[in-house]
Amino acid sequence: MFDSLSEKLQRVFKNLRGEGKLTPENMEAALREIRVALLEADVHFKVVKQLIENIKVKAMGQEVMSSLTPGQQVIKIVRDELVEILGKHQSRIRTANEAPTVVMIVGLQGSGKTTSTAKLARHLFKASHNPLLVSVDVYRPAARDQLKILARDLKIPIYEGEPGNNIPLELAKGARREAIQTGKDFVLVDTAGRLHIDEDLMVELQTLKEALNPTEILFVADAMTGQDAVKSADEFHKRLGITGIVLTKMDGDARGGAALSIRQVTGQPLKFVGVGEKADALEAFHPERVASRILGMGDVLSLIEKVQEQVDTKNAEEMQRKLLDDEFTLADFRDQMKQLAKLGPLESLLGMMPNIGPMKQLKDVKVDPKEMTRVIAIIDSMTPHERSNHMVINGPRRRRIAKGSGTTVQEVNNLLKQYAQARKMMKSFTGGMGKGFLGKRLGKMKMPDLDSFLKGGGF
Amino acid sequence: MIRSLFGSGDSKERAGEASAPQTGSAAPAAPPAAQKASSLLDRLKQGIQKTRAGIVTALEDTIQGKKEIDAELLEELEFALIGADVGIQTATEVLERIRQRVDRKLVNDAGELKALIREHLLEVLQTAERPLVRAATPPTVLMIVGVNGVGKTTTIGKLAQQLGGEGKSVLLCAADTFRAAAIEQLEVWGQRTSTEVIRQKAGADPSSVMFDALQAAKSRSTDYVIVDTAGRLHTKSNLMAELDKMRRTAQKVIPDAPHEVWLVMDATTGQNGLEQARKFTESSGVTGIVLTKLDGTAKGGVVVAIARELMLPIRYIGVGEQAGDLLPFDAEQFVGTLLA
Ligand SMILES: Nc1nc2c(ncn2[C@@H]2O[C@H](COP(=O)(O)OP(=O)(O)OP(=O)(O)O)[C@@H](O)[C@H]2O)c(=O)[nH]1
Ligand SMILES: Nc1nc2c(ncn2[C@@H]2O[C@H](COP(=O)(O)OP(=O)(O)OP(=O)(O)O)[C@@H](O)[C@H]2O)c(=O)[nH]1
Ligand SMILES: [Mg+2]
Ligand SMILES: [Mg+2]
Repeated sequence: MFDSLSEKLQRVFKNLRGEGKLTPENMEAALREIRVALLEADVHFKVVKQLIENIKVKAMGQEVMSSLTPGQQVIKIVRDELVEILGKHQSRIRTANEAPTVVMIVGLQGSGKTTSTAKLARHLFKASHNPLLVSVDVYRPAARDQLKILARDLKIPIYEGEPGNNIPLELAKGARREAIQTGKDFVLVDTAGRLHIDEDLMVELQTLKEALNPTEILFVADAMTGQDAVKSADEFHKRLGITGIVLTKMDGDARGGAALSIRQVTGQPLKFVGVGEKADALEAFHPERVASRILGMGDVLSLIEKVQEQVDTKNAEEMQRKLLDDEFTLADFRDQMKQLAKLGPLESLLGMMPNIGPMKQLKDVKVDPKEMTRVIAIIDSMTPHERSNHMVINGPRRRRIAKGSGTTVQEVNNLLKQYAQARKMMKSFTGGMGKGFLGKRLGKMKMPDLDSFLKGGGF
Repeated sequence: MIRSLFGSGDSKERAGEASAPQTGSAAPAAPPAAQKASSLLDRLKQGIQKTRAGIVTALEDTIQGKKEIDAELLEELEFALIGADVGIQTATEVLERIRQRVDRKLVNDAGELKALIREHLLEVLQTAERPLVRAATPPTVLMIVGVNGVGKTTTIGKLAQQLGGEGKSVLLCAADTFRAAAIEQLEVWGQRTSTEVIRQKAGADPSSVMFDALQAAKSRSTDYVIVDTAGRLHTKSNLMAELDKMRRTAQKVIPDAPHEVWLVMDATTGQNGLEQARKFTESSGVTGIVLTKLDGTAKGGVVVAIARELMLPIRYIGVGEQAGDLLPFDAEQFVGTLLA
């Protein structure tokens, strides 16, 4: 796809004189690249213009820190600026003084409202709340069925109203009444998708707001949205006064520049990020991650978090030590494969990786589960000695291993090649993390917020 | 009644009946007529040379240097293109191409310049046009694919309505067995348009549903089978492989099926649309695009980049949520609103 901004900036500074310093001359070239990167990431052009101004002012006259190259330093300035605009990590749903807390979920058609409603309900439930769901989408075919099925799968109650009642306001009011009667502390109202220029339907939302007095009105936006994000978000905010943003479909490869635009025009916090179709695919919003992603630097933190979730830390530390000390054996490789299998589809992990340096090669790696099983079988057929000394595996040994694992010599060869590559790649990755720019940034990240969210206390 | 692309009549004949989606804001003021052509040309050249390095800077510089109206015009055009989601690469290329034409023709005013841009965009879109593939003997199989929530199922409802209105027999295939109530949603469209829906249980193998639908259509000589697939992000290779499997299944029943594979794209989509088109084309042989939600304020300009790179024609546009809100794509009208 695109070269990452960091690569482009490295090139800019390599080709310019006075590499040691940020000069007006090299900044100019760098700013051009930043502009292009932001536009390619779908940040609204007016927002880009403003951003570039701010970055220019901040960058001028800064001494280059000895630890960073000019390219890295510019990225840091840009990234810090984006992080600042994106705002703080605030993945909480506020509660009303008096239960039930009403949350309205609004947005354009197909943005992911119904799915996000179910996801939020699940998270609230996990955090010991008792949500009641209601769909007031009486327009789209089977929209209410959709929420009903999701609720049923989650075993979370849903208010369906009197049979035949399809008046949004009555359904919503009915749900609140039922919540009070049955002691529910949250009512999540899934509304129909609508265009911001649809006068009647926007008025409908205003009416619902007046009647329900919601504590939160969450605007659900698709991460793939382009320049139009500004218009729709602005209008929803003007009409309703939204209180937070949910950015969906971040499991794809959209850079998500719309997040910046929406945040800029509404000033409201980004609260959650949707990362899949299933009900558990909801994450806290982390400005640093989204900023990195907008700049094409991948989402290393999400990756690390996901790995942390699954892999036990001691094991991981041990693995890292082995990599650094060159003790990463085929047995370790097998363990890694098993760990990876636990992490789920590899593509979703690789999608989070930065598109830079050694990680770039990983992007093209495709692993199907069958292949993984084969790899494990091959390694299982080796002797312990072979596993820790891959150099001894000669022709006859390869034939024996192939036979023992029901594979071919070709496959054994491939595996050994893969292993060698993995060693090299992972070594440069861990090495780079230790010494390089990202490593430094990672070191500064505050992880506690994240942990508490994962434990379900994020609200 | 609006005729579908599949109809034998000239699709232009009903262009007058259908109102174009009303989008866009008023264009900023044009430069004064007194503007000298040569100076405009020079500056245009200058500007465009800088464009290669970074269009926005070039424009800003020009504005800061001299408060000339032509620089503002350039910026306006540039931003109009980017604002319509055409993308900076395509926008840059378009302006570059314009320069070449400006060299030959004399351009006097903003109106003409805009016309040139329109002309070029039109050319890009028209170059990508290609005739529809129809089965020699029915059924013609049409597969609808795309990322999540773009409007696949709704578009299928609309297509059923159009084809049915033309007296064609249509069978819908509920091969989105994954998303909650996706089957029910298609069934409502089936009822609305009096079209039969072939379905299995939720969670069933999509290929198996497709097999059933194609068998049924084949034995009844139904004119069209339209296959609804689950929304999927193009980055998920297992889900993309599933589409490939569906294609192979179709071929078992009807060797040259699917005859057409349409990628549905939401007009609000930004630059990611290009990657979507690339990946879906790779894995499921996309033959055309349906651009939905053009009744909003988004312009859907990313399809220009898609047409340019992948030579994919745009077949229809979606302009609402009702059965009748589907129009055959009209490149001239589209380009007109793009720069409005
Ligand atoms: N990959 C992915 N898909 C998502 C995510 N959130 C929602 N979806 C999918 O997007 C599609 C639309 O989601 P819905 O929840 O139905 O969207 P909606 O806003 O309620 O749609 P309308 O009610 O029709 O306006 C479905 O296919 C969902 O499964 C996400 O975070 N990642
Ligand atoms: N305004 C407008 N809304 C549309 C248009 N086409 C579809 N929609 C709406 O967009 C939303 C999503 O449409 P669907 O047809 O469910 O989309 P899909 O691609 O089948 O979604 P998944 O199967 O979940 O991936 C629904 O609310 C539709 O009513 C259109 O042309 N204009
Ligand atoms: Mg919905
Ligand atoms: Mg659908």
